[in-house]
Amino acid sequence: MGQPYHIRSFCSIQQETILLNGKPVFKSEQEDFDAFAKEAYKFIDIKYPKFFKMDHLSKLAFLTANLVLDKENITPDEPSNTALVFANSASSLDTDRKHQESIQNKDNYFPSPAIFVYTLPNICLGEISIKYKLYTENSFFIFDSFQPQKLIAYTKGLLDSKKAENVLCGWVEFDGKTYKSFLYLVSAKGTLEHTEETILKLYNA
Amino acid sequence: MEELKQELKAKIIDQLNLEDINVEDINDNDPLFGDGLGLDSIDALELIVMLDKDYGIKLTDPKEGRAIFESIDVMAKYISEYRSK
Amino acid sequence: MDQGVAITGMGIISAIGNNVAENYASLIHEKKGISRIQKIDTIHRDEIMVGEIPVSNDEFIAQLGLPQDNNYSRTGMLGVLAAQEALKDARIENIDAYRTGLVSATSVGGMDMTEKYYYDYFTNAECQKYIIAHHAGDSTQKIADHLGINNQLVTTISTACSSAANAIMLGARLIKSGKLDRVLVGGSDCLSKFTINGFKTLMILSDTYNTPFDEHRKGLNLGEAAAFLVLESDHVVKAENKNVLAYVKGYGNANDAYHQTASSENGEGATLAMQQALKVAGLNPKDIDYINAHGTATGNNDLSEGRAFINVFGDKVPDFSSTKAYTGHTLAAAGAIEAVYSVLALQNNIIFPNLNFKTPMKEFNLIPQTKAKQKELKHVLSNSLGFGGNCSTLIFSKNA
Repeated sequence: MGQPYHIRSFCSIQQETILLNGKPVFKSEQEDFDAFAKEAYKFIDIKYPKFFKMDHLSKLAFLTANLVLDKENITPDEPSNTALVFANSASSLDTDRKHQESIQNKDNYFPSPAIFVYTLPNICLGEISIKYKLYTENSFFIFDSFQPQKLIAYTKGLLDSKKAENVLCGWVEFDGKTYKSFLYLVSAKGTLEHTEETILKLYNA
Repeated sequence: MEELKQELKAKIIDQLNLEDINVEDINDNDPLFGDGLGLDSIDALELIVMLDKDYGIKLTDPKEGRAIFESIDVMAKYISEYRSK
Repeated sequence: MDQGVAITGMGIISAIGNNVAENYASLIHEKKGISRIQKIDTIHRDEIMVGEIPVSNDEFIAQLGLPQDNNYSRTGMLGVLAAQEALKDARIENIDAYRTGLVSATSVGGMDMTEKYYYDYFTNAECQKYIIAHHAGDSTQKIADHLGINNQLVTTISTACSSAANAIMLGARLIKSGKLDRVLVGGSDCLSKFTINGFKTLMILSDTYNTPFDEHRKGLNLGEAAAFLVLESDHVVKAENKNVLAYVKGYGNANDAYHQTASSENGEGATLAMQQALKVAGLNPKDIDYINAHGTATGNNDLSEGRAFINVFGDKVPDFSSTKAYTGHTLAAAGAIEAVYSVLALQNNIIFPNLNFKTPMKEFNLIPQTKAKQKELKHVLSNSLGFGGNCSTLIFSKNA
């Protein structure tokens, strides 16, 4: 079985509501995601203007990760061996559609480089790594639905082999009107058990 | 030319998602890249698309862009000379 | 120092061949697969060159014996063909004899069909079958279904150009940890207007043959391909008396933490990934005999990767070459096809040339191998550096 690991903090964002460690920290009336994200950004007081260049998936991942990492005092100023292991079902589909629209019309053909760079699901990992200076391992899986067991196995592997001290893992999904993020930080020490049961409970809360 | 400069400032803010920056905040001869507005390589490419889309100027070499996008002044001068829209 | 993980089979389809033997023949005869695009109707056809596989979708359907009403994307078909060859090469007849998994990689997924039929979906019911094939997991599932791999882990990794390398890395870890007895690992990506248009707007596509590590390089050629390796545990190798082609000896993944798509000037991410791979392999830099570089021939990558070589190897950078001048940059499949080429290099003690090279880059004194070179090879290092700063390195060894 090996050493047991624990969840230190977790955050979820869906339906314009942010929960940090199970407690609501922010709620907005804005149904438009960009407007919601801007309000949340200001509320959390992030101070990172590049945020506004990100696509929806990256904004969602960034906000969620920011809350967890800040809560756990993981900052860009001190090197931290925090790996990132995310998954979703829709990949980068939300932005893919925008790119596709921009190349569809031969007469009004102006694809945007700033949109194209986000047509990969793992760019959001890059954005988080850039801000927090994480030169660590990162991986992005595509599943049909949230499957904690697979993330647990990968995470344990990283921690057991001491490839990472912490692993930020979870689910970040953005598809048109629906979005949900659920990220949790796993380490040797923490308050909750790193088990499928616990993770699913937190995910569904 | 003044109108074009204002237009460019507004477009840059909008196109490049520069939050919390207003037209008044951008001086005509501020460096746009590097320390100035802190634009990066993707922003430069977006500006190349903008030159084509809004002013009919096609650049084929991305390196040309850095010289043209040095500041609002330089950009406006270049555009007024070469625009076809 | 850990034992390497045995590779017992390989399969590949690319612009330079429809199987391992054809790819190898092209490599040693300097036969590149780059040309003007034939099969996709794009407005950029005269401005770019690509590594296109000269086989149509209809021919693939016939080759695979698929029913006419199938909903395979080209990505899926390429994947199945390569995976099939790998299983055959590994002499696997009963897939269920051991716990067998599949880790596949893609970035395009079923986009080739989606972009073709997107606007017809509302009016033409016949093409709606491709909707579900768009999902990145679909090509993986097609491979799993076709080959009967469904009892254990079947999963998809999508981390841009390092995807397949990460699939191989995960596969090796799954074997080492005893979670699987064997695993099929690799990736598949086909050409699509989506990627062609996207890369065009980033202005990193060359209008001629790509020239990795050359001072006058103009950018990359996109390519399409699929490749898979079969990794098996020592227990299975022994029990089945398998012929081992090579070993996955080391692997590393690190984030460059610099920019969404550009690599850092000093190649931090690539440096860290290579160092990590050496550590896992228990090797020193001087043990590497050949590097199959990521070498996409963009201004940014080759500079960054070159600097990373110097960071890791100092003034003793091993013989290196990029095989992308042959195949183009095959995106998510690159890590896998280059893994196949690394194993071929080890098996045949040959370093493949970096085609089209003329002028060394002014920033450093790194000259790739320009002619095929016979050399005793024990350890080969392969880099795959992806957008999102996702840098992966694999080390393949002749012995465990």
